[in-house]
Amino acid sequence: MIVLDHIVKVFNKGKVNETTALADVSLQINKGEFVVMIGSNGSGKTTLLNIIEGAQKTSGGRVFINNNDVTGLPEHKRSKWIARVFQNPYNGTASELSVLDNFRLAALRTGSRKLTIGINGSFQETVTEKIATLGMGLENKIHLPMGGFSGGQRQALTLLMCTMDHVDILLLDEPTAALDPKSAAVVLRLTEQLIKEYSLTALFITHNLKDALQYGNRLIQMQEGKIMRDLNAAEKAKLALPDMYEWFG
Amino acid sequence: MEFYLTALQLALCLAPMCMGIFITMKIFKIPDITTDGSYTLGAAVTAVLLSRQVPVFVVLPASMIMGALAGTLTGFIHTKLRIDALLAGILVMTGLYSINLIILGRSNVPLINVSTIFGSLHLLSNEGYNAFAIGLLAVILLMLLLTYVLKTDFGIAMRAAGNSETMTSALGINNDKMKILGLAIANGLTALSGYLVAQYQGFSDINMGIGIVITGLGSVLIGDALRNWFSVLAIGAQIGLVIAGSAVFQLVLALTLSAGVDPNLLKLITASFVLVIVAIPRLTKKAA
Repeated sequence: MIVLDHIVKVFNKGKVNETTALADVSLQINKGEFVVMIGSNGSGKTTLLNIIEGAQKTSGGRVFINNNDVTGLPEHKRSKWIARVFQNPYNGTASELSVLDNFRLAALRTGSRKLTIGINGSFQETVTEKIATLGMGLENKIHLPMGGFSGGQRQALTLLMCTMDHVDILLLDEPTAALDPKSAAVVLRLTEQLIKEYSLTALFITHNLKDALQYGNRLIQMQEGKIMRDLNAAEKAKLALPDMYEWFG
Repeated sequence: MEFYLTALQLALCLAPMCMGIFITMKIFKIPDITTDGSYTLGAAVTAVLLSRQVPVFVVLPASMIMGALAGTLTGFIHTKLRIDALLAGILVMTGLYSINLIILGRSNVPLINVSTIFGSLHLLSNEGYNAFAIGLLAVILLMLLLTYVLKTDFGIAMRAAGNSETMTSALGINNDKMKILGLAIANGLTALSGYLVAQYQGFSDINMGIGIVITGLGSVLIGDALRNWFSVLAIGAQIGLVIAGSAVFQLVLALTLSAGVDPNLLKLITASFVLVIVAIPRLTKKAA
């Protein structure tokens, strides 16, 4: 569960280029909710996500994850609850490391990284089996560097890596923005499947209104640093694409 | 034969530093200038302690710890004070010059009538071959140890931290801590080279570290060229190629000197040689 309590975020405070990215946003995302967030550029979506994951500090207000006050916690200390998929496939994986090494680190997201070799036969088997579920034929390439894979493959692998360790919350910042339509569809279907399978709380930012309509069980529209609309599953089900186009009219 | 042996012996003594530069340059993409200072620091601590009859195997960790402290300082300045890594290294290197002078007490300390590591261990009867064998053994052990460390969960995290900081912080890795540790290990290894070279050449000199980082960078870049050539992926093999790079580097320098080039031009030749190694792959890439 994520709770944002009166979050304010101001960039360049006191300077001529002062911008209020988030103006007193309060939001509660319950366990199992798959929230899709839309909004124009500069509406505050990514800032909101960054505040949840700890990449940016708040100017005011408090952030709670599973009833823990995490407002002051740095990014790397929130990883015990949060797994992330980035807009740029290169941000979610380490290009120079093998697929196996990447998965090893993902398996230790909530744990500690000791001076012992953790990649053994059974770990390799687990990873191979997991990757085989993608049906992309990548299971025989676990020793190759991540850098050799396409953006779509990397996003799919990043998603899968999120499930290598205990995870409560999945944050996706336009994960398909850099992908072709076919890969994008594969990644989103996988996202939906994993959210169901692991009963995750998810926040998915997108500019694609069709995707926003098709996926998720709650829809939030941000505008000028505020939540403009917040639709629950029933309201969202009644929604049609033309209605949404009007919001951006 | 003697001639090649000397070059290779020096290459072995400098190999730990090259492994350190491999960590900073190839893993963290930081050209760490601290090296110039921590190399001399290792040699200075070695000379002073050895001349006070401290046993060689106590001096070994002492010099490495001093080097690691210097690296920690650079890492701290870079990550906590948010100062560019290159500048952080230059600052620490500059400060170390005075520290090294204080430790040495004067600009040059000869190691006469002290028992060095090359005199304490007797693997082979021939003195020259014995020193070579000790160097080789030390470098092989170190290579195995570093390969092991970089294959552990901690090592993978360190390699990832230098590769994709967004990924590592999302996976709970403290990037600042990793950088500081990486710089500490690298400069500890550099000090180890200072320890070995001081005992091999029989003195420590305040200026012995000037430009040594270029030697390390050159060796790592030769290793990198070999790596691309043979498309090597395994981390252990990469470290092995760095050591091979160190050997190639010293052999080329020795050949140049034996061809009758003025020793005063040595630094110029070193810099030009490294420039050529850096430039060739870039130029050939452009052509392709």
